Amino acid sequence: MTVTLKNGVLDPQGKAIEGALGSLGFEGVHQARQGKVFDLELDTTDKAKAEADLKAMCEKLLANTVIENYTIAID
Amino acid sequence: MKSAVVQLPGLNRDRDMIAALTKISGKAPITVWQTETTIPDDVDLIVIPGGFSYGDYLRCGAIAARMPVMQAIKEKAEKGVKVLGVCNGFQILVEAGLLPGALMMNASLKFVCKEVKLEVVNAETDFTRAYEKGQVIRCPVAHHEGNYFVDAETLNSMNGNGQVVFRYAEGTNPNGAIEDIAGVVNARGNVLGMMPHPENLIEAAHGGSDGRGIFASALDVIAA
Repeated sequence: MTVTLKNGVLDPQGKAIEGALGSLGFEGVHQARQGKVFDLELDTTDKAKAEADLKAMCEKLLANTVIENYTIAID
Repeated sequence: MKSAVVQLPGLNRDRDMIAALTKISGKAPITVWQTETTIPDDVDLIVIPGGFSYGDYLRCGAIAARMPVMQAIKEKAEKGVKVLGVCNGFQILVEAGLLPGALMMNASLKFVCKEVKLEVVNAETDFTRAYEKGQVIRCPVAHHEGNYFVDAETLNSMNGNGQVVFRYAEGTNPNGAIEDIAGVVNARGNVLGMMPHPENLIEAAHGGSDGRGIFASALDVIAA
């Protein structure tokens, strides 16, 4: 799961990173956003159940949906 | 008036809070550990102090907000019992959904530890009756994630309901909080969260007593 701040929510860390990349000479970098990645191993082999569980985990704990979005990837 | 101070691993302002409540009410608060599932019926004020519960892991207050004691606090709040969260306590209250909004990293990306000025925006709450509307008080702050954020629609209704209780005044906003918000109450008015530390400005030895009014109001011991 990847959790990032929503668009429209100021991300001061993203801004600082964007500035630092610029000062290293990387041009044309915009909208840098810092987020979190959660890697989990699940016992289930049922993909639909895994997805539902991961969504519930994001909603209940891993993301603060007042300010953050999340995406889920399963493999 | 009986008070309770909640204790969780990583909170470190609990002793200051116990001292403030004891000095102002003349009665020591009880302490409530995170695993407790009930809070005694005669408690009228529950305080969640500041610190770094669970090392600020995941998000400040996120893990603390999901401990059993928080369910007990939610039930008490629904019955109208007063709840005060200071600093990490405020972060825990928003994470628990007892207060609207979220507290993000300071816009400066730095921990701030200094004195600010607070405007009392609403002096009619259970926590601010000792003050006058518009009064500006001194108060210390010490935090890294105090940048209050709430969506525009909720903010609008909060302003209309008098839910914004304190704003940083005189250009002292230390964290970039939206509309200089330093403290908010729930719609019912019995749950207050604030980033500044009033418990650290209650007597001459602290260099002032501007923070005393919050406890005097909540503990119902306002001097006539």
